[in-house]
Amino acid sequence: MVSVQESEYWRWPETVWVDESRNWQDADVISCGIDLGSVSTQAVIMADGELYAYASMRTGTSSSASSEKALNAVLEKIGDMSREDIHYIVGTGYGRVSVPFANKTITEIACHGRGAVYVYGNTVRTVLDMGGQDLKAIKIDSRGKVINFLMNDKCAAGTGRGIEVVCDLLSVPITEVGDMSLKVEEEPEPVSTTCVVFAKSEILGLIRKGWNREMILAAFFNAVSSRVVELLERVGVEADFAITGGISKNVGVVRRIEIKLNMKALEPKVDPQLAGAIGAALFARALYIKSKK
Amino acid sequence: MVVAGIDVGSKMAKVVIMDGDRNILSYVMARTGTDHGKTSEEVLNEALEKAGLKREDLEKIVATGFGKISVPFADDEVTQVIAAGKGAYFVRPSARTVIEVGAEESRAISLDENGNVKDFALADKCAAGAGSFVDAMIRYLEVTPEEFGQLALKATRAIPMNAQCVVFAESEVVSLLHSNVPKAEISRAIHDAIADRVIAIARRLDIRDDVLLIGGLANDIGFIESMKRELGKDVYVPEDYPPELVPAIGAALSAVQGVR
Repeated sequence: MVSVQESEYWRWPETVWVDESRNWQDADVISCGIDLGSVSTQAVIMADGELYAYASMRTGTSSSASSEKALNAVLEKIGDMSREDIHYIVGTGYGRVSVPFANKTITEIACHGRGAVYVYGNTVRTVLDMGGQDLKAIKIDSRGKVINFLMNDKCAAGTGRGIEVVCDLLSVPITEVGDMSLKVEEEPEPVSTTCVVFAKSEILGLIRKGWNREMILAAFFNAVSSRVVELLERVGVEADFAITGGISKNVGVVRRIEIKLNMKALEPKVDPQLAGAIGAALFARALYIKSKK
Repeated sequence: MVVAGIDVGSKMAKVVIMDGDRNILSYVMARTGTDHGKTSEEVLNEALEKAGLKREDLEKIVATGFGKISVPFADDEVTQVIAAGKGAYFVRPSARTVIEVGAEESRAISLDENGNVKDFALADKCAAGAGSFVDAMIRYLEVTPEEFGQLALKATRAIPMNAQCVVFAESEVVSLLHSNVPKAEISRAIHDAIADRVIAIARRLDIRDDVLLIGGLANDIGFIESMKRELGKDVYVPEDYPPELVPAIGAALSAVQGVR
């Protein structure tokens, strides 16, 4: 059993959190957002538009079961809240049609835009969402309304799933690859292929040449960040700039994007992987209030 | 006169020993190890042994393929496109379009009636149209490569695959398996997806009869059927030699010409 655990370098920590300083029963509107992504699922509970609790889990093979699991995990952590106490639920993400209990579904582009304003403040104008199976560059206005976006969902290079594959290949836990890649004295050339599958043979070649893991990760993230910046430049980057999605927690990718853009990314107020679910919960609150008028 | 052609691919190394009259005396194929130089030496020695020859009997050695620079003993080298074109004309003189699907790349070549390369198109940036796609998929389906090809023929319907990427296709295959889609239908979907991509490359050229399929994936009956269906015409595979041997044959033919 232990050996199985040790080999799963791609596995990232699942989190369930509740704001213990507040009592949800004081709030007028309890809204919920579920972001059912291809790799991870987030369930967020907001009390009067403020983040109250969340769960972040891996998406299983069944989308509907994954959304149930995430919502149940967050309700269990809260303790005294049941599903009936939630006024409105919005589902978003790749698997949003499979959230059986959602009152409404909204695209993840809209939710990430809206959520980014909560996570980063209303100065944010360009949002890069780096998810499990796609990359999105989104331009928004001060209220988080989407003005334009571009998407890359055909190729794993530069996505969370691509990075998981590389973690396993190099036997480095996913939470450590980013820091590790920054421990090089000089930035190596990017790997020449952007394909994750081909990167395998290229990385094996680099190992044979005597490169250490720090250098290999740096070369890989260098290639990934170039690819991402190409996408961003097509949509046009405007300050302030922010990164959402799982890879926003990988400093190796984020720093290199910042250097290539010559622009610092905003500091998040809460876990930026929650942006989509937060956006969904904010939409849920607005929809509930509208339905009562 | 005796010569050798050697093709060092990303997955397999192949050697052909040929005489001056273009008769193939022997051939050997083996997995490319981590040391390309050593592997090419070993396959060459084995091919010589099979033909009952010694190294000094060889008048010329021509190398081709991804790892051709790692063949220290080659007298000359030839591009993969030229080698594949020459080899294709040798195994099937009526071939006008040659489609090669290797482990890490696929290419299409247009030949004229004399077997000269008129035009070509390559795809080497994405694994989704290459043999490594199949290697990844058979691991997920837990079948042998032979079973994988045969399975596709048993499919009763075509289901589309959304993923255009090997990495994403893995998760798609896993969810299809969990939804109890029969392996036969999954196999056909994968074969159709690869054929789609490969044909997209070939369409950059004028596709003319005969279409000859070479490279490792030409051993896969499911892939041949998908290619026929998607192209809407017959496709041929080499009859007398393994389809992945064709560029090594072409390299040997280059060596014969070089000596003359």
